[in-house]
Amino acid sequence: MSLERSDVEKIAHLARLAIDRDAVPQYARDLSNILGLVEQMNRVDTDDIKPLAHPLDAVQRLRADRVTETDERDRFQSIAPAVEAHLYLVPKVIE
Amino acid sequence: MEWETVIGLEIHVQLATQSKIFSGAATAYGAPPNTQACAVDLAFPGVLPVLNEAAVRMAVKFGLAVNANVARRSVFARKNYFYPDLPKGYQISQYELPVVEHGTLEVQLGDNESKTIGITRAHLEEDAGKSLHEDFHGLTGIDLNRAGTPLLEIVSEPDMRSAAEAAAYMKKIHTLVRYLEISDGNMQEGSFRCDANVSVRPRGQATFGTRAEIKNLNSFRYIERAINHEIERQIALIEGGGTVIQETRLYDSAADETRPMRSKEQANDYRYFPDPDLLPVEISEEFIEQVRQTLPELPDEKRGRFVYEYGLTPYEAGVLTASRELADFFEATEKTSGGDAKLSANWVTGELLGALNKYGLDVTQSPVTAAMLGGMIRRIADNTISGKLAKQVFEAMWNGEGDADAVIAAKGLTQVTDTAAIEQVIDEVMQQNPEQLAAYRSGKDKLFGFFVGQVMKATQGKANPGQVNDILKKKLSG
Repeated sequence: MSLERSDVEKIAHLARLAIDRDAVPQYARDLSNILGLVEQMNRVDTDDIKPLAHPLDAVQRLRADRVTETDERDRFQSIAPAVEAHLYLVPKVIE
Repeated sequence: MEWETVIGLEIHVQLATQSKIFSGAATAYGAPPNTQACAVDLAFPGVLPVLNEAAVRMAVKFGLAVNANVARRSVFARKNYFYPDLPKGYQISQYELPVVEHGTLEVQLGDNESKTIGITRAHLEEDAGKSLHEDFHGLTGIDLNRAGTPLLEIVSEPDMRSAAEAAAYMKKIHTLVRYLEISDGNMQEGSFRCDANVSVRPRGQATFGTRAEIKNLNSFRYIERAINHEIERQIALIEGGGTVIQETRLYDSAADETRPMRSKEQANDYRYFPDPDLLPVEISEEFIEQVRQTLPELPDEKRGRFVYEYGLTPYEAGVLTASRELADFFEATEKTSGGDAKLSANWVTGELLGALNKYGLDVTQSPVTAAMLGGMIRRIADNTISGKLAKQVFEAMWNGEGDADAVIAAKGLTQVTDTAAIEQVIDEVMQQNPEQLAAYRSGKDKLFGFFVGQVMKATQGKANPGQVNDILKKKLSG
């Protein structure tokens, strides 16, 4: 599978990455090689292999449903770029 | 052309935990902005999520209640998208191995009609924060108190064929999660939210039409209206030669229409992958059994029991079991009334629900308690008061004038059951209305009601209506 220029641009946009336009063909080649490796792996017979969701052979520990965090709003907001009425301010998303 | 509608619902239920799904911050509604958003919720570098056991327990409880498969092994995944109310840049959700799969729910559509709706899956995920688009000098304000609140997303099969069926299913899920005490179901506060996937196809066609997703259906009233509007829109579009495009539409309740969401609000390619910060969750048989022991009597079981145990109609039983609190109220009323189920059901579904509705109160806030209502019904059953006087007693109890016996004593509302006294009143009424009497006796039967009215008026409504009827009939016929 080989990626087109438009695929690379789309992926970059989804990840909010700014990429150098001239570097796009190189990215397309590199990413296509990775997909080639995935294709190669897909050909391996894995019928008897249990699907792996995590490389560690362990199970999620659960925590008791208790409130353990205290309000530290002032500390968190002291390093925020903009705050008003105790809200974090961000550029408008909906035009 | 005859069209068939196909509807599937996605319902987001906020789980009633004390703390968030992956952090120890509080989930209480209405706290000052950002006071319940900790470092994990804010996605500070280096923080790690730790799963809340109560959220898993509640998801399992729901799964058992809809006879679903509860996964022994469940995995969390990252759903990637950028939005300022989602600080991590991804939502922790579930994709391939949700906690709950393949359930069913029976939905009542009429007195004797029901339909089984399939539940594809129910998975755990975290809620996002809230964006406030008021004017902050062209900026948006973000409150992250809600970020990380546990959600159970319940996805139905595309089994519903009308807006009414969709509303009935939504109500049933609402009733169920409240019975299970896994959510308060408060729609005003956003604890229970619904999106609908709607498509139409020519009747008889096997494949589905293209669907539109309608977001923001946060009341039972709106869901039917919004879906019906969407159905009309799609049919008009196709019949006019157009095609439905797959898109997300928002229901605007003020304009009573759906409109497409703007492009930036549209769903992106989410690029799900297993979250490396969370290990697979193992749910043991023992854990599932433990949860099973905590299941209450479910709405359908209770409804069935109300029919056979109390002799109620399926309709009455349905109304009374719509919430656990109302069902409990009825049972307590019936008990104090001395076992008069029919009368108790009538008063709870009639006068009580009417008054609660009128004042916008919940049954738990009723000024007339079950003990008070049951006590009043006992006085109807033992003939102290008539049903008509009982309405006055009910109103007085509602207004805080004490229990039934106190009201009856204070207002002198005891029913007149003394035959001689009633006969005397009837004689007087007949004497005072000779013309009507003559007319009645010459065949104007309709005047019977007039005489009943006069007798009741003369006794201030206290005469026993059954006795008045019997005695009047005899006396009038001469």
